Parts: sequence; C-alpha cells; structure tokens
Amino acid sequence: MTDITNAPAGPRKATSTELVAASLKRRRRKQMRLQWIGLGAISIAFLMLFILVASLVSTGWQAFTQTHLTLEVYVDPEEIPEERLPRGGFDDALAASLGQMLPGVDMSDRATARAVEGILSNGAQFELRDRVVSDPSLIGQSVTMTVPVSDPYDQLNKGLIERATPEVNRRVKDNEIAWFDTLAENGAISKPFNFGLFANADSRFPELAGLKGALVGSFWALLTCFVISFPLGIGAAIYLEEFAPKNKLSDFIEVNINNLAAVPSVVFGLLALAVFIGWFGLPRSAPFVGGLTLALMTMPTIIIATRAALKAVPPSIREAALGLGASKQQVVFQHVLPLAMPGILTGTIIGLAQALGETAPLLLIGMNAFITSAASSPFDSSTALPTQIFIWADSPERGFVSRTSAAILVLLGFLVMMNAVAIYLRQKFERKW
Amino acid sequence: MTALPFLLLILAVVAGYVVNRRAARLIRDGGNRLHSMTSYHGIFSALLILVPVLTFTLLWLVFQGPIIDRITMASLPEGVLDGLDSGGVQLVLAEIKSVSRGQVFGTPEDWKIAAADRFVMLHDRADWWLVVAVCILSLGLLAFARSRVAADFRARQGVEGIVSGLMIFCSTVAIFTTVGIIVSLSYETMRFFDRVPVADFLFGLNWEPQIPLREDQIAAEGAFGWLPVILGTIVITVVALIVAVPVGLFSAIYLNEFAPKRLRSVVKPVLEILAGVPTVVYGFFAILVVAPAIRNFGQSLGLDVAPNTALAAGGVMGIMLIPFISSFADDALSAVPQAMRDGALGLGSTRGEMMTTVLFPAALPGIVGGVLLAVSRAIGETMIVVMAAGLMAKMTINPLDSVTTVTVQIVTLLIGDTSFDNPKTLAAFALGMMLFLVTLIINIFALRIVRKYREAYD
Repeated sequence: MTDITNAPAGPRKATSTELVAASLKRRRRKQMRLQWIGLGAISIAFLMLFILVASLVSTGWQAFTQTHLTLEVYVDPEEIPEERLPRGGFDDALAASLGQMLPGVDMSDRATARAVEGILSNGAQFELRDRVVSDPSLIGQSVTMTVPVSDPYDQLNKGLIERATPEVNRRVKDNEIAWFDTLAENGAISKPFNFGLFANADSRFPELAGLKGALVGSFWALLTCFVISFPLGIGAAIYLEEFAPKNKLSDFIEVNINNLAAVPSVVFGLLALAVFIGWFGLPRSAPFVGGLTLALMTMPTIIIATRAALKAVPPSIREAALGLGASKQQVVFQHVLPLAMPGILTGTIIGLAQALGETAPLLLIGMNAFITSAASSPFDSSTALPTQIFIWADSPERGFVSRTSAAILVLLGFLVMMNAVAIYLRQKFERKW
Repeated sequence: MTALPFLLLILAVVAGYVVNRRAARLIRDGGNRLHSMTSYHGIFSALLILVPVLTFTLLWLVFQGPIIDRITMASLPEGVLDGLDSGGVQLVLAEIKSVSRGQVFGTPEDWKIAAADRFVMLHDRADWWLVVAVCILSLGLLAFARSRVAADFRARQGVEGIVSGLMIFCSTVAIFTTVGIIVSLSYETMRFFDRVPVADFLFGLNWEPQIPLREDQIAAEGAFGWLPVILGTIVITVVALIVAVPVGLFSAIYLNEFAPKRLRSVVKPVLEILAGVPTVVYGFFAILVVAPAIRNFGQSLGLDVAPNTALAAGGVMGIMLIPFISSFADDALSAVPQAMRDGALGLGSTRGEMMTTVLFPAALPGIVGGVLLAVSRAIGETMIVVMAAGLMAKMTINPLDSVTTVTVQIVTLLIGDTSFDNPKTLAAFALGMMLFLVTLIINIFALRIVRKYREAYD
C-alpha cells in the first residue's frame, strides 16, 4: 500500500484505487474512534455497576457485626421483687452493674447515671426482664449478659465516629469515649456477627432493628404470588400456544398480556388499593394482598417464558404421540409439558426474582408500616424486604444507613441465588433438539 | 376455622377420585369394555367437585367480610352515626372490630360492645354456614359424579372439557386485570372530577394537594393542576435519556459488530445484572452517592444545586435504562439481514462505515421503538424518584432544581391514607389514570414500530 501512495505524482488523474487508498487511513481512524466510543460506553456501564456495589458493600459490611458489651448484673431483690414481675427496676440494675465497671464515675448524680445507662441498648433491660421472668430463681443472683451497645457507641467502636472531630460536632462526648475505652480495656467489649440482623424484627433503635419481619413478609408474599401466578400463567400459556383458535379473542388476549407486561408497577398498586382493599375489604399491609398484586404483575412474565418453552419442544414429539392415539390434551400434558418444564421453571424463578424486588405496589397497599413482630400468617400486617429498605433509607438515624446497605446486600444475595438456581436449571435440564 | 372448609374440600375431592375409579374398575373387571381409562373416571369426579366448590368457597370468603361489616353498621342504634363523614364511619367500624378481637382501650360505649358481640356472632355463624354449604355441595356433586359412571361414559372428554374451560379462564385473567385497572382508575377519577373541574386538572399551573384540616381554614382548597407535575416528569425523563441513549446505543454498536466473542460473553451478563437490580436499590444509591456527589461538584463550580436535584434522580434512572436500550438496539442490529452487511462490505466500506451508513439506518426503527419503551419505563418508574426527587411541584425546567413526578405524587398522596373520599387521595387515581394512558399510548406505538420493522426483514 505504501508503494502506491509513494508513487511519483504525475499530471495524470489519480485512479480510484489510489483515491481509496489515500482515504483509507482516515476511514480506519474513524472506525477506531467508533470502537473506542463503544468501549467507553461499556466501561461507563461497568463503572456504574462497580460504584453501586462498592458503595453498598463499603457502607453495609459494618452492619453485619454488632458491638456487644458483656456485663455481670446483680439482680437486686430490692429493685426487682419477685411478686412484682414482670415489672421491676431492670434498667437500674443494669446501670448499677455498669457503674461498678466504671470506677470513679459518680453514679449518684442522676444525669451521669442516665448517660452511663445510655451506653447500653434500650433492648438490654427487656432481655434481662425476659430472663428473670422465665427463671425467677435468678433474683438475688448475678447474671452474665452479652447485650448490644447503643448506636452511637457501636459507631464509635466501628470507627464511623471520628475521635478527631471536635467534641461539639460529635455525638459521643469526651467523657463518654473515656468510659467506653475503660470498658474496652477490661475486655468487656466484643464485636461478634450480628445475628440480630436476621433474628429481630424492625425497631426504632438501629442496634436492635433486624430483617426478620421483612424476610417473613416477603416469604408470604412470594408464596402467595407463586401459588396464584404459576398455575394461572401455565394454564394461559398452554391454551394460547397449543389450543387457542386464531381468532379475534386470542389476539385480544395476546395484546392484553403484552400490554400488562409494560404497565408501570405503581398502577398495579392503585388497582390493588382500589379493588382488593377498597372493594373486597381485604386487610391493609397484608402480604397476601401484596402477593396477589405481584401475581398479576408476574403472570405475563411466566406466560411469555412458558410459551417460549412450549415452542422449543419439537413438533415430532407431538406428532409421534398423536400418531400413537393420544388425545391432544394427553399429548400436551403427558409429553410436551414435562419436556418444557425446565424452561418454565427458569422463567418462573426469574419472574419471582423480579417480584421480590418490586417496591412501589407494596408501598401503596401499606406494606411500609412500622411493625415490630414477624407476621405469623399471610393476613397479618407485615413489611417486605424492599419496603423495609425504603423505610430504613428514610430513617434519620445514622445507624440505619449501614443497616439499609446491609438489607440491600441481603436482597441482592437472594436475587443472585434465585438467578443462579434458574441458570443451573437451564443448563442442567435443558435439552437441545 | 378458615382451614376447615378447605380440608373438607380436599377430603371430598380425594373421596370422589377413589369412589369413581373403583366403580369404573368394578365395571371393567366385570368384563365390560370401558370407553375411558379408569383414572379418567376418578379425575372427572375430582374436578367436578373441586372447581365449583373451590370457586364458591373463595367467593364466599371474599364477600363475607364486607357483607358482615355492612350488616353490623346497619344494625347500629339510630343516630350514633349522625354527622360523621365516611372516614369517621370507618373509624367506628375499626373500633368495633378491635373490640371484637378483645383489644379494648378505655371504656367503649355500650352500643359498640353490643355491635362487637354481634360482629363476632355473625362471623361465627357465617363460618358454620360455609362449612355446611361446602358439605352439602360436595356430597351432591360426589353423588352426581358417581351416578355418571358407566361403561360407555366418555369420562376423558368430560375431563378435557373441564380442563379446557379452566385454561380459557386462566388466559382471560389478563383481560380481567386490564379491565380491573381501567374500571377502578376511571371510577375513582370520575369521583375526583366531581370535586375538581376537569379543566383545572388538565390546564392548571399549580399543584398543591392540601386538604383542609378544619372547616373554616382559609386557602386550603388545594390546587390540582397537573402541568407542573408532568413537566417535572419530563425533565427527569429527558435527563435519564441523555444518560442512557448514548451509552446504551454505543455499547450495543460495539457489542454487535466489534466486540470479540469473549468480551461479549462477559459484558452481556453484566448488563443483565444491571437490569436485574431492584429500583429501590437504585433509589438508595441515588441518595447515598450520586446526589451528594453532584451537589459537591456543582458547589465547587459555584452553582446552586438543590439537595434532591433532578440530575441525581434522572442520572440514576439513566443507569437503570442502559441495559434496556442496549439490549433493544442489539436485537434490532442483529435483525438486519446478513445480505445487507455483506453488500456494504463488498462495496468496500470499512466495518465502521457499514455500521454507520447501512446497519444503523436500517435498524433505526427498531432502536426508536426500544427508546420509546424506555421513555414509558422512565415515566412510570417509581422508587428512584420517590427516594431521590422532590415533593414540591414547580414550573421549572432547570435540572439542578428539585422537581417532582407523577409517580412521586401518587405514592406520597396515598401513603398512610385509607379513606377514598377526599380530593387528595382521589387526585392520586386521576394521576394514575393519566400515567396509565400515557404509557399505554407510548407502548402501543412503540410495539407497533418494532413489529412492523421486524416484518419488513422477515
């Protein structure tokens, strides 16, 4: 090529080969530019995903551990007489035991005593109460307890409150840091895995708040969603794919399904609010209503996936079965459907994963209530995982920021798991014809 | 208690299956040739019991609650509900219900306790009637199914008829859902337009959906002009598209034509992950990372950036839409026939020129359809904007300012409100109706473009 371009330029007109060759470099550069822009676009998408995950992990990992304080409490019969149970001065007992661990602190001063008590989470006195109520013989004895510390001290221990910041701007004052350090030197402070994150329901106090209520609520909602949308979706798909005559009604149904798949989720929330709650009188905030709404949204996904799976079963299977004298329904239910099942299950799991992350319709039916116990049936008030994330994201306390990220990580973990199962099913059972 | 009818139903279904199959077997063993296999006789009986009784039970359970509520409220002594609006009536009902569950706060009036007793009694009675009805229905159907067993009874056709009916019902659920959406939205919207003139809603420039707390309050009429709300939606959608369209388009172009196979097999799943992240996560990402970053950057340039700027919500929504647009564009480019690629290359164009001058124009209708679907998703997207956009409706197109959207207003108007009798909650349904119509029109339009274009090359 270089030979041609370097050829002596005569008065003759350049041939088209020469013209093309001369422009080729520029045109190649143009193509390179297009490629680089494309690569740049992909890198932007990757970068965003990386920032998203990194920011969640960096704020969320702290919430998977929780600072605990181990202390020995003397259950004073004067403060906690047996006949008054379950009432009694449990907080005073805890404060007294803390005072013994902090020599030199004047516990007779009420303000100081209250500040010292603030080291412990508000839940500590209830834990002590529950232990004493279940075993009243503890009265008059010493009990060793490991309880969560309150949110500011938890943050201090995790380094989220900088000791270098001026005292006025800090939530933990200098003397409180000194108390905490004394406790830490005595080995009373530990930072174990935060089982409370999964074992507790919601709470106003970040150190006590957990996801149990949300997980249970999401479970009930998804179960309802599955029980309703799976049979309905498969039935509809089989009919449309295998039996429906080509007429106006079938076309109309198909248009409806395609449109439903694209209706904004908040509109489904309005439907649920007006029809299920307003007209049918079903209870608000119930996972059952949530599941019903999610089922309507998931059904188009399942129908589309099932139809694709049915289509993938080769006609020879149907013809062979028909040839042996099976009826049309026998062909479908005994031969085609079992062969299409892996594809159907894959599509269903992906649809359920979408439903698990769906938030807006659940907000409208009131699944964002503050509920401190896990639902025991699909008709009890409850939150769900995504709405719990929304509630915590709205909470002003600093401690909820890392809890929110942790909850998101749990949600993403479930989604990854479900998708992994779907991919596994697809690869393990899908047959190539 | 609610489990009992279902238990009875299951029992009856199993009994029907066993009884009919055994009867059919006896006929067969007696030397007669059966028309259908014995199991079809069993399934016929089971389905014949299951379908009507289950339908009946579910309908009963759905309507039992509202009907008993109504009877209870109707039987209250006269005069106690005078002067109460529907919200007050709801409160009385809720109080009666909580008394009936044994949760008593303070000392309720005697008529409330009487009503609660009546409420409990009605529920008990309804539960028993349901059990009785299920028993009678099941037994009747069982006997009827048993009487049909005969050598020439076409049990398989019977079963297939029932199954066909069930499948047709399943596929009409989609229609019912659409009808439900349209009916419920238009009903509540009509009630809204009874209180607020249509013209005020469509052309009003103020959106201040307060309702008066007291009767005599001034300036509490509330303003329900949706133009600032839809303007805010448009601002955020435009920001989202400015982010998503170039990134999505160029990554699709690269993936479709230039990417090595190995890279493609990595990038595609990653984009799918981006598409699978729930929107509430994007919303938190917007308030945790993006909004502060934009605000700091803007302030370092001396700009006045609102804490919930439209840039943050729109930008994050753009990230959400990248995989959506990229996969649509990728499909559209792949659908262009190989002959057109070959022709362009054969005429001496570089691969880049083939892309920009042949493939891209040929795929443009499909890409436009994809972008339109992305627009409808952006308009209907809720969680990102609820968390990251503002609440106050302003007539502004400045993306640094905070704007609100249709979906934000729907959610904030309806959170924590139960009664459907004030313009505030009904306004949410009117907005929902507009949202449904706008997205429906865009979707139909977009799907038509995509389909037409696909047909052109098939």
